[in-house]
Amino acid sequence: MARKVGEVMRVVALFPELLGTYGDGGNALVLAQRARRRGFDVELLEARVGQQLPSADIYLLGGGEDGPQRQAVDLLRSLGLRDAYASGAHVVAICAGLQILGTSFAVGGDEQYEGLGLVDVVTTRGSRRSVGDMAVAVGDDVLVGFENHAGVSALGEGIAPLGQVIRGRGNDGRVDGYRADRLWATYAHGPVLAMNPWFADEILMSVLDVELSPLPSVADQLYAERRRALGL
Amino acid sequence: MLLRKGQPPPPVGPFAISEVVSVVMMPGAITFRDRLAIFGVRILNFLSRHSGRGSGTVVGGRLGLLVSPALLRDLAAARNVILVTGTNGKTTTTAMVAAGWGGEVAMNQTGSNMLEGHVAALVQSSSPRAVLEVDEKWLGAAIEATSPGVVVLLNLSRDQLDRSNEVRAIAERWRQLWIETANTSIVVVANANDPLVVYAAETANEVRWCDVETPWLSDAWSCPKCTRPLRFSSTDWSCECGFARPPATTSLTGDELAVGGRRVNMHLSLPGDFNRANAAMALTALVEVGAELGPALERVAQLVDVAGRFGVRHWRGHELRLTLAKNPAGFTAMLETIDAFAGELWIAINARVADGRDPSWLYDVPFERLRGRVVHCFGERRLDLATRLDYAGVTYELSSADSPPLPNSPVTVLANYTAFQEWLERSAK
Repeated sequence: MARKVGEVMRVVALFPELLGTYGDGGNALVLAQRARRRGFDVELLEARVGQQLPSADIYLLGGGEDGPQRQAVDLLRSLGLRDAYASGAHVVAICAGLQILGTSFAVGGDEQYEGLGLVDVVTTRGSRRSVGDMAVAVGDDVLVGFENHAGVSALGEGIAPLGQVIRGRGNDGRVDGYRADRLWATYAHGPVLAMNPWFADEILMSVLDVELSPLPSVADQLYAERRRALGL
Repeated sequence: MLLRKGQPPPPVGPFAISEVVSVVMMPGAITFRDRLAIFGVRILNFLSRHSGRGSGTVVGGRLGLLVSPALLRDLAAARNVILVTGTNGKTTTTAMVAAGWGGEVAMNQTGSNMLEGHVAALVQSSSPRAVLEVDEKWLGAAIEATSPGVVVLLNLSRDQLDRSNEVRAIAERWRQLWIETANTSIVVVANANDPLVVYAAETANEVRWCDVETPWLSDAWSCPKCTRPLRFSSTDWSCECGFARPPATTSLTGDELAVGGRRVNMHLSLPGDFNRANAAMALTALVEVGAELGPALERVAQLVDVAGRFGVRHWRGHELRLTLAKNPAGFTAMLETIDAFAGELWIAINARVADGRDPSWLYDVPFERLRGRVVHCFGERRLDLATRLDYAGVTYELSSADSPPLPNSPVTVLANYTAFQEWLERSAK
């Protein structure tokens, strides 16, 4: 149902102390600010370890090192993120977050750790780490970002990727992330929504269920400059 | 003196060192091979400096180690060496140790903090006393080569993650060093308030724990031993598993610095709580090598400029005060310090290899505290900075060195690594 101005949208960044290695908190901030500037009321929360899972319109999961990633998936399993998603919440998952929502992911050597199973995705450890700028064709748009991970993520039958890799590696050198109803996942880490205002607005429109007009800001200049830097 | 691009600033202040030191004067067991290597280091570093293509400390040192792999060990052999490492404050603390020791002290002042830089520093000075800043990942190799009497561990936090510098991996590596080294007489001066540093240092035989202000603890949220959440109070931290803050023998309470029972009042010329913490740890190291606390502090207190930082400089009619911060912890500390600096604020951000190519960390810095000020954004990644400030609700202006604001009031320039070097080069004393 379309959101009215005056209704509160709640944005929750999940466990920033575990999944916040790369300025991931920026994504929650960007969603909140872009909604506020259009007149929507937004509540921005951080769910910290030891707390219950607050209800939310949208949850964000960021990047993290191996140990914290395991801790985070155990916590999210017991707190019921899966149920929250099933009952209508939206989820944005970045890097380690992308792996957590899948069926399993690699930790330590070649050991596989059980994920939350929201999506049929298996992540194994690749032979080398991918570090650098990346770009992904998402429909007619281009997502720009930076990746830093060693995961290779295989999407199950019928799981749609977020888009096709133009620069960098993403899941496997061909596609990046995945996309389901109310769910977006990418290896473009850190504040990817700050760098891609169109992507932030696409997510917001889905959460708010309204059409949004463009919101001109310096972020548009940043996006154009990053595309130029990547020769796109 | 005209500085060319890429050239380090000339040595300044109490640690200006003579350029040519006779090999005969070198302490230690210098072999014939070492002499050849030292000759090569000098020639190459001279060429590097005078061609304007390098900092004049890396190429030569690298060649020297190729010619004589034992060169650093031989150069360091008869000297009293203090090593300084940690994520933030290495250069300043190293300068403080050198100043506090007094007289000529061999040191790597240009930020070349790997083995080749150490070679260059010891070739440039024959002083029997040396203080070297060491890149976090090179601490083991530096200890092995220089047999230090004291190693200072300042702090550990996220920095340049695009180079896979996961902080816990570094803490683990340091922890193993003390177990593996044959040199069991090293005194480790370590920050008791940083749980990752405590984890890294507690395996050493001799540790002097320092209770100094450590505002950034976001990377030490969970116990490095058992991963359970650490409990913090304003003065203490501990974990259920028994891992806890060790009792400190150096403490800084208000202006009173206590080192092993001796007390002095500390008033520095350099600004900022982080510089007070650096000074407390530098002085603790100096006491370990036999310096008198009072006179050493007097010398440290006189430092006003460390490698171009904090001192007043000039550029196109502007009066600039240059400050450097490279990562969230450094920026957080620096934002607090520059609160007190009136006038304009210019922030310059680059993302070259030396800076880390990923400026995502801007979102880990609490720029919200700058609300109410206007920030002029400079550097190759000024749009990343401006976007961050925009979302933080801070007024910003896009600027560049080609079209800077008109001179108005004193300017604080806060820049990350290569951006800082650019501002240092384009401005003058």
